[in-house]
Amino acid sequence: MSGVRVLVGTRKGAFVLTSDGTRERWDVNGPHFGGWEIYHLKGSPADPNRLYASQSSSWFGQVIQRSNDGGKTWQTAGNKLTYEGVPGTHLWYDGTPRPWEFARVWHLEPSLTDPDTVYAGIQDAALFRSVDGAQTWQELPGLRGHKSAPLWQPGAGGLCLHTIVLDPSHPGRIFIAISAAGVFRSDDAGTTWQPMNRGLRSEQIPDPTAEVGHCVHRIAMHRSRPGVLFMQKHWDVMRSDDAGESWREISGNLPTDFGFPIDVHAHEPDTIYVVPIKSDSEHYVPDAKLRVYRSRTGGNEWEALTNGLPQRDCYVNVLRDAMAVDSLDPCGVYFGTTGGQVYASANAGDRWAPIVRDLPSVVSVEVQTLP
Amino acid sequence: MIRVVLPAHLRTLAHVDGEVKLDVEGQVTQRAVLDALEACYPMLRGTIRDQVTQQRRAFVRFFGCEQDLSHEPPDAPLPEAVATGAEPLLVVGAMAGG
Repeated sequence: MSGVRVLVGTRKGAFVLTSDGTRERWDVNGPHFGGWEIYHLKGSPADPNRLYASQSSSWFGQVIQRSNDGGKTWQTAGNKLTYEGVPGTHLWYDGTPRPWEFARVWHLEPSLTDPDTVYAGIQDAALFRSVDGAQTWQELPGLRGHKSAPLWQPGAGGLCLHTIVLDPSHPGRIFIAISAAGVFRSDDAGTTWQPMNRGLRSEQIPDPTAEVGHCVHRIAMHRSRPGVLFMQKHWDVMRSDDAGESWREISGNLPTDFGFPIDVHAHEPDTIYVVPIKSDSEHYVPDAKLRVYRSRTGGNEWEALTNGLPQRDCYVNVLRDAMAVDSLDPCGVYFGTTGGQVYASANAGDRWAPIVRDLPSVVSVEVQTLP
Repeated sequence: MIRVVLPAHLRTLAHVDGEVKLDVEGQVTQRAVLDALEACYPMLRGTIRDQVTQQRRAFVRFFGCEQDLSHEPPDAPLPEAVATGAEPLLVVGAMAGG
């Protein structure tokens, strides 16, 4: 029988949650790397037993961990992520130049085809790649070499490259997103990059329609339709039908269009999920109710999914990497909260139940569907 | 034989219990001890000092013989008692909750 493995990164360690295909009873294994911040862990699509994890702390810096047995055991991998050449400067919050400085790995994206190839999105924003199972890392310097890079400014969480989307139909096409620069696309495996922010409007920057400077929170794609992208921006939920060349707003009837995660149903490329929160200054769900919003029409028309979720006295947030879907039928949807709950729905969001309620604050959730 | 006491998180990372004992060739300095430590436990590279600049991480301190040695030059000799193994070199994470 097929199974599901949910990989949860928290402020104080990693947890591996497993179930069979019914997704009714769960084993909770962890914490791995207890006491460390685990911004992200993710499995290789080419070898589900190969996992990568970003482990960091303010005291002891960045560690990369690798597992070859689905998270039962881990080995430290290479953690030398050094910018190519002279790093130069970006802009600080006050608009003054500030040298690029490594802080942490926000996101690890394994290759779709090679378990030993993995991409790392880091703060201060840059993209790295390893082709030897994370033993050594090389920056793809064309991104930070883009002419706009000296003008990139951090969002509240830092100047972070937090989203990496690999296009399964166009080898060499990579989308990344940076807060607060925006979306960039490479069509040559990361050598050169172009901003993909036309149609975005951000009132928080001097020119609301500038080519770069937008605080994109996350982008998502369905494998069967890689030309269509969905975006949760600082404010606004957006959609592109031309691989990022242009964007249009699909916030529709959402109660607020501020939020962090966005994801796509595994089998219905026009079914998408977001978790709106109240505002940029109040990072918790509106009306004290935890509601996932689902659109079955590719945006604009949204329904609140509440069955099994707390509908009073709730003040959690769901961070940008903390939602994922499995590929079973019906599609499973998962998300983790800053309050330490991980919720699962085995029926595309119609009904939810907590897998676990009292973890440390959840930073990331990834799902592997196992044979 | 040099004795080094690591903070709990780094002991876990290095898979060691208690003190680490190291052989250090030549003059016993911070740099020599950290070089020997990282050679024996490569998973600690980058966690105590930057891998490129060799600068001590800001929230890491070095204590020995009831002295704060953090700001001593990396090539300065460590106290005799540390160099002979009578006293350990303490690698300490700055105090904080959380």
